[in-house]
Amino acid sequence: MAMHGMRGLSVFISDIRNCQNKEQERQRIDKELGNVRNRFKNEKGLSPYEKKKYVWKMLYIYMLGYDVDFGHMEAVSLISAPKYPEKQVGYIVTSCLLNENHDFLRLAINTVRNDIIGRNETFQCLALTMVGNIGGREFAESLAPDVQKLLLSSSCRPLVRKKAALCLLRLYRKNPDVVNVDGWADRMAQLLDERDLGVLTSSMSLLVALVSNNHEAYWSCLPKCVKTLERLARNQDIPQEYTYYGIPSPWLQVKTMRALQYFPTIEDPYTRRTLFEVLQRILMGTDVVKNVNKNNASHAVLFEALALVMHLDAEKEMMSQCVALLGKFIAVREPNIRYLGLENMTRMLMVTDAQEIIKRHQAQIITSLKDPDISIRRRALDLLYGMCDVTNAKDIVEELLQYLSSADFTMREELSLKAAILAEKFAPDLSWYVDVILQLIDKAGDFISDDIWFRVVQFVTNNDDLQPYAAAKVKEYLEKPAVHETMVKVSAYILGEYSHLLARRPGCSPKEIFGILHEKLPTVSTTTIPILLSAYAKILMHTQPPDQELQSQIWAIFNKYESCIDAEIQQRAVEYFALCQKGAALMDILAEMPKFPERKSSLIKRAEYSEADTAEQSAIKLRAQQQPSNALVVTDQPPANGATSPVPVGPLSLAMVPSMITTEDHTSTDPALSQQNGSLTKVDPQHPSADLLGDLLGPLAIEGPPGATVQSEYNAVSRLEGGPDAVDGSAIVPVEEQRNTVQPIGNIAERFHALCLKDSGVLYEDPYIQIGIKAEWRAHHGRLVLFLGNKNTAPLVSVQALMLPPAHLKMELSLVPDTIPPRAQVQCPLEVVNLRPSRDVAVLDFSYKFGTNMVNVKLRLPAVLNKFLQPIPVPAEEFFPQWRSLSGPPLKLQEVVRGVRPMPLPEMANLLNSFRLMICPGLDPNPNNLVASTTFYSESTHAMLCLIRIETDPADRTQLRMTLASGDPTLTFEYVPKTSHEHVKFKTLVLTDFSHIPSAG
Amino acid sequence: MGIRFILMVNKQGQTRLAQYYEWLTLEERRALEGEIVRKCLARNEQQCSFVEHRNYKIVYRRYASLFFLVGVDNDENELAILEFIHLLVETMDRHFGNVCELDIMLHLEKAHFMLEEMVMNGCIVETSKANILTPVQLLEKT
Repeated sequence: MAMHGMRGLSVFISDIRNCQNKEQERQRIDKELGNVRNRFKNEKGLSPYEKKKYVWKMLYIYMLGYDVDFGHMEAVSLISAPKYPEKQVGYIVTSCLLNENHDFLRLAINTVRNDIIGRNETFQCLALTMVGNIGGREFAESLAPDVQKLLLSSSCRPLVRKKAALCLLRLYRKNPDVVNVDGWADRMAQLLDERDLGVLTSSMSLLVALVSNNHEAYWSCLPKCVKTLERLARNQDIPQEYTYYGIPSPWLQVKTMRALQYFPTIEDPYTRRTLFEVLQRILMGTDVVKNVNKNNASHAVLFEALALVMHLDAEKEMMSQCVALLGKFIAVREPNIRYLGLENMTRMLMVTDAQEIIKRHQAQIITSLKDPDISIRRRALDLLYGMCDVTNAKDIVEELLQYLSSADFTMREELSLKAAILAEKFAPDLSWYVDVILQLIDKAGDFISDDIWFRVVQFVTNNDDLQPYAAAKVKEYLEKPAVHETMVKVSAYILGEYSHLLARRPGCSPKEIFGILHEKLPTVSTTTIPILLSAYAKILMHTQPPDQELQSQIWAIFNKYESCIDAEIQQRAVEYFALCQKGAALMDILAEMPKFPERKSSLIKRAEYSEADTAEQSAIKLRAQQQPSNALVVTDQPPANGATSPVPVGPLSLAMVPSMITTEDHTSTDPALSQQNGSLTKVDPQHPSADLLGDLLGPLAIEGPPGATVQSEYNAVSRLEGGPDAVDGSAIVPVEEQRNTVQPIGNIAERFHALCLKDSGVLYEDPYIQIGIKAEWRAHHGRLVLFLGNKNTAPLVSVQALMLPPAHLKMELSLVPDTIPPRAQVQCPLEVVNLRPSRDVAVLDFSYKFGTNMVNVKLRLPAVLNKFLQPIPVPAEEFFPQWRSLSGPPLKLQEVVRGVRPMPLPEMANLLNSFRLMICPGLDPNPNNLVASTTFYSESTHAMLCLIRIETDPADRTQLRMTLASGDPTLTFEYVPKTSHEHVKFKTLVLTDFSHIPSAG
Repeated sequence: MGIRFILMVNKQGQTRLAQYYEWLTLEERRALEGEIVRKCLARNEQQCSFVEHRNYKIVYRRYASLFFLVGVDNDENELAILEFIHLLVETMDRHFGNVCELDIMLHLEKAHFMLEEMVMNGCIVETSKANILTPVQLLEKT
């Protein structure tokens, strides 16, 4: 019908359709564009009908992918046409062609508003729809009250109100202030009483957007959602028009269950029971039926119900029902169900205890890795990656390796990266890790990024036992006929450093190793040749007694490359040649590379698909770390090589360029300082607080590499690290992010103090994320799990967690994905080893991005000294001899603490108990005193008995005297401060809890 | 936000209808459509209806020579979208009587009207066929 009025348009469309090729199409379109442009030029003469026709042509041309850079004004002007057909075209075409920032839109605001507040409900609908699709901030500011009025108006018909709901949703997203939470929550709840399913469907979408930002405000909507769901699930009062293949609006059911997933729990027992009954019904009552549409619709509901059950952390029985269902799904024929089964099983990994049950399906999941459908293969890969742990790493990684040879090219990079990460994270032994990486390079060299081979080199360098094994292994690979260039690189590096360890084995003389390597030289590119040259130089150095023939051979090569056009190669050739003449100096400069500082795997950092902005952001972070620090740290070793350069690949690539010119003396560490390992006498300089960050980041390199060889080829910042005190508790207190616009929920400091006493709880929360923590402590080991929970429907991206451990803790944080999927929770295990007593606090530098909000927080982790205590009862006959034998400083220290919150003695005893101190009743004759004992564990002290006596003054309960004795002066010192200026620090660790936690114990 | 875009593409890969719920420039649209068409049209009946592409998930369904491709967020309920496509097709069937590619081409505006009644701002607004078609029929009367 409508086409009758637009013959020109249908002719044009037919013409386009008849075009034989793209060129013809373009000609026809150019002609039409010229025609339309001409018509628009003398706009006065155009009737509304003609305008409408040309505007449709524009839309059609635009849809075909041709730029239409004129006529926008005409489209917008149709909005103010008095008649419905023209107005409709104006609205629809405008919302297709223009974006919210287009200037012309602004011109239309008044017309749009008049339509919205006018009496014509079809006009209202058109206007609301356009604003709902492309309305920007200005629309939000000028129209929100009108739209809200329509949505709530009882005189308005559903067809207008449903559009008003989604229009408001758009305006709310553009400017959240348009919805006043206080007033709106009740109205939202009221809206959910709506009987009309159209209005209810769009209101539910509005609710989802609102609760995802602030569930607290919308508690009153929760029972209404359950009621709606119940109404649908029981098919009560659902008009025929809203049932789809017999199922009451599956879309509204799904949306309602989605809204429910934003409420953390359901406390009201009645609501909870009702909901679980409905869910149970869905879980049990969904059968496979012949009709594909009905089947899909009922399974759409079922999968959403599964997600809701997982979210609610339902009873064990219901959970296992879910896993059983998913287990069934991943084995069915129907590919959609198989895909969704795998996808939801991956989500299920977040649920406590589910992992073990999921592992039973490992064989089936591995089968899916070979599915003909890449979508399914990807899901299987993700699931395998997620479910991998130490128990099944070997199986899974080997499966991945096997699959690598046949995998699609599009998946190989991801696959090899994941295999490399899993091998690193869960390697039962390091030689297996080396095997895996070498296999990866062998099978998929093209897809192996440099990070992967850098990482294996780091491991080999840092583990002496591994070196001969790795050297022998790479030699085997090199002997193969065709070798990937990456393999040549890694082999050259490892053989250069460690082939001398094999010298006694047959076929491994320096000459033979050189021969194998040199054979590859003609096949490699200019980036690899420098590595080969370094390897030659090192082989030559290790050849004892010198082999004249080998020497002249290698010298000849250096000679040859002295005139190489590639500057890097040339420089190395010249330098190595010159060095070789120097004899002894060669030994120093080419000495074995020092151990790399412990650092987080750069692989893990880029585990997830990283977006460009992530890279940029981490660059900022890296720069921050490079800021020079004037902090002083005393470590076990004088830092021979201040290699704290945090650029993941930095040291390695740099290390291969021994530049002799800058032989700076990096051993200038004050020997007096270094002797005083953790000594107590040194008073460290006061740092200006502006340098806090630098101080914090200073000790990132956990320990300086041993062996003070002159290995300082690169111009590293000669950072003498900061003493333990540089990073003490008090220094960290003010670090909480200042610039964040996102406000944390609850008090971060209080949460930290609470966690110092408890082993699980919330560490941090803001509107987008909740970070929970759960810890287990055994002797000097700690195993923490960070639970990163995304509270939104949108993913959190650029997630980064960086551990800033103090010098006394060795910490290893497992993979933190770059992205946390919507409403998902990620668990990140964190291993802690306590090396020696210190009350410094570890800091987690955590950042993420949500929308345009970049959030960065520095959170103290409750890996505090008292976590490494184990209460132990000490009988009187042992206590007193011990107490007496530890006489006076530095083994026994005393401190008077003032300003403590007065508390009865039993309460204080409880508090001490929660600090893992064992109260020994009756030992002290004075009933106002408390005596306690405990064992402190660290790698350096092992189990160390610690005795504590607290004397209180019944006349003044705000002060107490604390005496602490242990066999280790550092421990005693770290536990008890001795001078008043230390007071503050002391309080931050222990006594803040006395005074600040009202209900401790 | 849910639905990011809805495309109707014939089996030669020519776009017959494109509705985006987030702003992409023409170049971006062209590139995106090209990539998606290449990925989805090559798939066979034994493969599932979901394809992961960039940060979208494409839920698609084929009806004779016409493909319906819906780009959604990663956390969207895939099967619900899959059936939503079918609801759209049934709605067009009710109006055109066994809808075909040509109907959509020659009545592009009506296809847009229907879609407009069903989806707004990336959210499903109406699922009753009668309600969806009322405004379209209103237009025919004028």
